[in-house]
Amino acid sequence: MLAQVGKRVYQAALVMLVVAVIAFGSFRFLGDPVSNMVGPEVTPDEKAQIAAELGLADPLPVQFLRFLGNVLRGDLGRSYQLRQPVAELIVERAPATLELALAAAFLSMIVGLPLGIYTAVRSRSAVAKFAMAASLLGVSIPSFLLGILLIMLFSVDLGWLPSFGRGDVVQVGWWSTGLLTLGGLKALILPSVTLAAFQTTMMVRLVNAEMLEVLRTDYIRFARARGIRARTLYFRHAMRNTMIPVLTVTGLQVGHLIAFSVITETVFQWPGLGLLFIQAVNFADVPVIAAYLLFVALVFVSVNLAIDMLYLLVDPRLRVARR
Amino acid sequence: MTGRVSTAASPSNSIWRRIHRSDAWYSFITSPTTVVAMMATVVIVLAAVFAPWLAPHTPFDADSVNLGDAFTPPVWAAEGMRTYILGTDGQGRDMLSALMFGSRTSLLVGLAVVLISATTGVALGLSCAYFGGLLDSFIMRAADVQLTFPSILIALLVDGLTRAALPREMHDAMALYVVIASLSLANWVQYARIVRGAAMVELRKDYVEAARVTGASARAIMFGHVLPNVVSPVLVIGTLGLALAMINEATLSYLGVGMPITQPSLGTLIRNGNDFLFSGEWWIAIFPGALLVVMVLAINLLGDWARRVLNPRLR
Repeated sequence: MLAQVGKRVYQAALVMLVVAVIAFGSFRFLGDPVSNMVGPEVTPDEKAQIAAELGLADPLPVQFLRFLGNVLRGDLGRSYQLRQPVAELIVERAPATLELALAAAFLSMIVGLPLGIYTAVRSRSAVAKFAMAASLLGVSIPSFLLGILLIMLFSVDLGWLPSFGRGDVVQVGWWSTGLLTLGGLKALILPSVTLAAFQTTMMVRLVNAEMLEVLRTDYIRFARARGIRARTLYFRHAMRNTMIPVLTVTGLQVGHLIAFSVITETVFQWPGLGLLFIQAVNFADVPVIAAYLLFVALVFVSVNLAIDMLYLLVDPRLRVARR
Repeated sequence: MTGRVSTAASPSNSIWRRIHRSDAWYSFITSPTTVVAMMATVVIVLAAVFAPWLAPHTPFDADSVNLGDAFTPPVWAAEGMRTYILGTDGQGRDMLSALMFGSRTSLLVGLAVVLISATTGVALGLSCAYFGGLLDSFIMRAADVQLTFPSILIALLVDGLTRAALPREMHDAMALYVVIASLSLANWVQYARIVRGAAMVELRKDYVEAARVTGASARAIMFGHVLPNVVSPVLVIGTLGLALAMINEATLSYLGVGMPITQPSLGTLIRNGNDFLFSGEWWIAIFPGALLVVMVLAINLLGDWARRVLNPRLR
């Protein structure tokens, strides 16, 4: 078991190292770091001095180690565009993205799970057929387009909900939250629905497929023959075995939520990390792009690691070392 | 399936007859959604391919555009104009023509991405299966790393870094290639993994051994013998991949890091229309959006059909 854990941790560290090399490489070689940091009026001599101070003349491995050291101490460089330390920017923007992603994850769970079970249990009902057809449409609608349609309907036509921004935000320590005010909650509705839509359709399809599979197994047939109540059968016996793959996908969804939050945040001008990243891409703001890359990789790798660990705990078969 | 047994080829067995009697045709013609999807795809593809000859206007030629006609609503609205059936955008560009040229770009990018990523993925997957060893573990580790990230994120990062590497004035000129390259780089993994898996199974079969004994080269075995037997899952992923590539391209363009407005895709058109949503000019964003959804949905349905036909286990 310990060997397994060690192997997973080693793999995760390897991925992070590769990503760090890419981040370092892009930071060092894309554009000229010195002229991006200073104004155009600086003389070549001063530039050379700054380059020397930054240690750009050192051998590359030395530079890379210094970069790693800086990153580990939380120094991610300064944004070319906003002239602000990147670490500060990330801390400032992270709460918005995390609140959005959590709201979306919550929505896709409370809608997707029951709907997936329902469509499997009552697979011939009109509601189930409609839900499955709608889920195909849901996969075909790009999420930014859904956002636009929601804005058109609820902001422009009906005027019920705000179409951009976070609404009223309250500062709790360094964390700025929109969950404590009515305006903040109202502003959260459209973006989180947009972000959740794709996840929900995936969840419905996955739970549906898994549940149909489980319902066909012998132990369910025997349980049914024993006269166990339908509700106990579906929710206690069948759902338990459906949950294992659902767990994986939920974990992977964290990553998808982050990726798609880039899109959602752009549609709704939501001041989170995704919007920061897109602006950085448009501006070729390499330090921010590199930092975002590192941040996203860290989130992904830790989530995957956590899921792997959880698996080892949940499923005893995996603990046996494979040859 | 009706499992018709094909009789020995008689002289009357023309190609049409054989198509007519095939399982694929049967499952096609008995599924109305697939037929509709096919018709929609054919109409859109024809309109896109022949856009330079069919389009009523030349929307991206600055000389022929009349700014005075800007914001003309579709023809059925009160202020609609006959020449602009679907209205015009904020620059007076005809929406119908813009849609035809836009879907042309979207299809071009989508097809290029599928072609490049499938070729790369198939070649790498086959090599992994055939040679194994260090090459295999290296490529598959890379695939694993990449698979932890969603493809749109990879495409965004590659796109962002490429843009940072290019001088600003080259962004528009290179946009098409940057978009194709970043989406291809994001999508090869699926092909490589599925081909590797299928090829591993094939390589253990007798016909491969026989080919080896006859002294066939590695390349001849991989591409001449194994490839034809692993091609059907590639076709399925390719169809669904086309839909995904078009969505991802539209997303990049909508985010402003894809195709420029001088050579717009449907995503660029939607981005362009986004600004006018609040002033009531809904058609500028909604028409390209609707067309994109129809295209993607039709291609997805065709992909589902391909999967039914090509995967015997689902029958």
